[in-house]
Amino acid sequence: MNWITNYVRPKINSLFSRREVPENLWTKCPECGTMLFHRELRDNLNVCSACDHHMSITPRDRFATLFDGGTFVEVKVPDPVTDPLQFRDQKRYGDRLKTAQRQTGEHEAMLVAEGEIGRTPVVAAAQDFSFMAGSMGMYVGNAIIAAAERAVKLKRPLILFSAAGGARMQEGILSLMQMPRTTVAVDMLKDAGLPYIVVLTHPTTGGVTASYAMLGDVHISEPNALICFAGPRVIEQTIREKLPEGFQRAEYLLDHGMLDRVTHRKQLRQELIQITRMLLGLPQAVAGDLPAPDPEPAPVPLPEPAEATKGDTGKTPAAPAPDEQGKPGAAVQAASTKPPAK
Amino acid sequence: MTNYLEFEKGLAEIEGKAEELRALARSNEGMDVEAEAKGLDTKAATIKKDLYSSLTPWQKCQVARHPERPHCRVYVDQLFEEFTPLAGDRTFADDYAVMGGLARFRGTPVVVLGHEKGHDTRTRIEHNFGMARPEGYRKAIRLMDLADRFGLPLITLVDTPGAYPGKGAEERGQSEAIARSTQKCLSLGVPLASVIIGEGGSGGAVAFATANRIAMLEHSIYSVISPEGCASILWKDAEKMREAAGALRLTAQDLQKLGVIDRIVKEPLGGAHRHAKDAVNAVGDAIEAMLEEMSGMDRKALIADRRQKFIGMGSKGLAA
Repeated sequence: MNWITNYVRPKINSLFSRREVPENLWTKCPECGTMLFHRELRDNLNVCSACDHHMSITPRDRFATLFDGGTFVEVKVPDPVTDPLQFRDQKRYGDRLKTAQRQTGEHEAMLVAEGEIGRTPVVAAAQDFSFMAGSMGMYVGNAIIAAAERAVKLKRPLILFSAAGGARMQEGILSLMQMPRTTVAVDMLKDAGLPYIVVLTHPTTGGVTASYAMLGDVHISEPNALICFAGPRVIEQTIREKLPEGFQRAEYLLDHGMLDRVTHRKQLRQELIQITRMLLGLPQAVAGDLPAPDPEPAPVPLPEPAEATKGDTGKTPAAPAPDEQGKPGAAVQAASTKPPAK
Repeated sequence: MTNYLEFEKGLAEIEGKAEELRALARSNEGMDVEAEAKGLDTKAATIKKDLYSSLTPWQKCQVARHPERPHCRVYVDQLFEEFTPLAGDRTFADDYAVMGGLARFRGTPVVVLGHEKGHDTRTRIEHNFGMARPEGYRKAIRLMDLADRFGLPLITLVDTPGAYPGKGAEERGQSEAIARSTQKCLSLGVPLASVIIGEGGSGGAVAFATANRIAMLEHSIYSVISPEGCASILWKDAEKMREAAGALRLTAQDLQKLGVIDRIVKEPLGGAHRHAKDAVNAVGDAIEAMLEEMSGMDRKALIADRRQKFIGMGSKGLAA
């Protein structure tokens, strides 16, 4: 009750203790309120260990656990014209973009990568909800086209993780035009006879759902993900009645025939491997983990710049995996697209 | 009686005065007001011309949604012969928000398809104000398929506030139906010409307008979201729809600059609702011209043309 307790001590505390205990060490589960330690949460793929609530996960974190040994190569996405409409609401669109880039450290709302899952070469694209709600504008359209073109070129399946609040209003009609544009991309895969698997994650709404997210050969969703065209609030305003519990959630869509499966994030990778391999007519994946990494410690550079590869831990030598030798096409791709063996 | 829009107040006053004068003259024999009334007419025409040559984006939204604006049915009745409506999605129901069928367009058999809004309270409710449910898009897909298999050109008339946001629509897969309809448009081996005659509301419009050639009436709009919706999300205030309408670039003029549409169809002075017949004929001429442009193209070329069009769309932005 004097100046020491009121002023000096908090000041000292703030000077010393803050750096030692960063605020983001603990995350509170928005569903059940359990405090989760960041490392534990990350190991659990951002799924609450108490209630199994699936929190959002960035494309980079997702790819790190999806691809074999966390190894992937980013696919370059052509940059569109920035702010094509010179849009301005309360803020300039250009400024909003810069803020999002600063906050996320990402360039835009979608990341495209190529790599292997269970030694199956694939192209994957993931939408980043933390970047302006993952909204679909010209860049996301370009990303999906780039992903499809890459997949066709390498004759690989495309796995797409959707997460978006819808179209990016600040790009007006051009965001709307991403619906037909991305549909052309899906058709490219279809023409090439390649699997296109969509994983719908929380939330997938609006124009995204009404285009590439609903055109997959297989639709998988994470538990309890909100998937809809019109959001629940809009519908409640229109029909003026309360919507049932679980309306527009993944399990509800499964019941109504819009999805093939609802799969826990922890089982997702295995399931994607199974499905892609069967669709490609490849033999069953080798069970268990990949061979241990080389004894020499592998450098783990952060994937800061585009095109960077993650440390190639857990990578087999450049020779094609034995289970793929029966498939000349697959073996050639596997050899040519493997990251440099050290 | 004309239904005046809020920005037409001045015009309403003068036209009202002219009308009054003439009514007075009719009831009083020998009274000559014609000269004066003519003067008012000229004044009204000037005002109309000034107003309609510089409509703001928000004013265009109002014109595009005008209750007397010619709607799909009017175009079909006037432009097509032997119109034979076809109904149902063969899965669940028939959606009255979407009308379509076989018809002859200036002699050629075609499939025509459009959003129908209705013309009075009863028919508007019946047609759900032109807001389609999944059945509507699935019916469209079925008719597109029919056109494709029998080599008939497809003409779509777009006039919808958007796809219907309802519980049943969501349950039955609104998004999937829209996505499939867009995909179907892209796969057609027949010419697909589209005209936005009123409101081109978001995904509900794209599902019909993913066409080889897209025309737009001069005062119609085409947007990713309604100005009101955009205002309430980005400005947190639905009353900012004027600002939102401007920012969204939803007018035919801006969309042509952006390369999203191919041609603008001029409306009669004062908007399509003032001289519906002229507007409908102008749209007919535009459709004929668009079909003519595609006359030499085979299946492959038509599909490639559509893909190229959409892949390349928006690469320049407004600055170009």
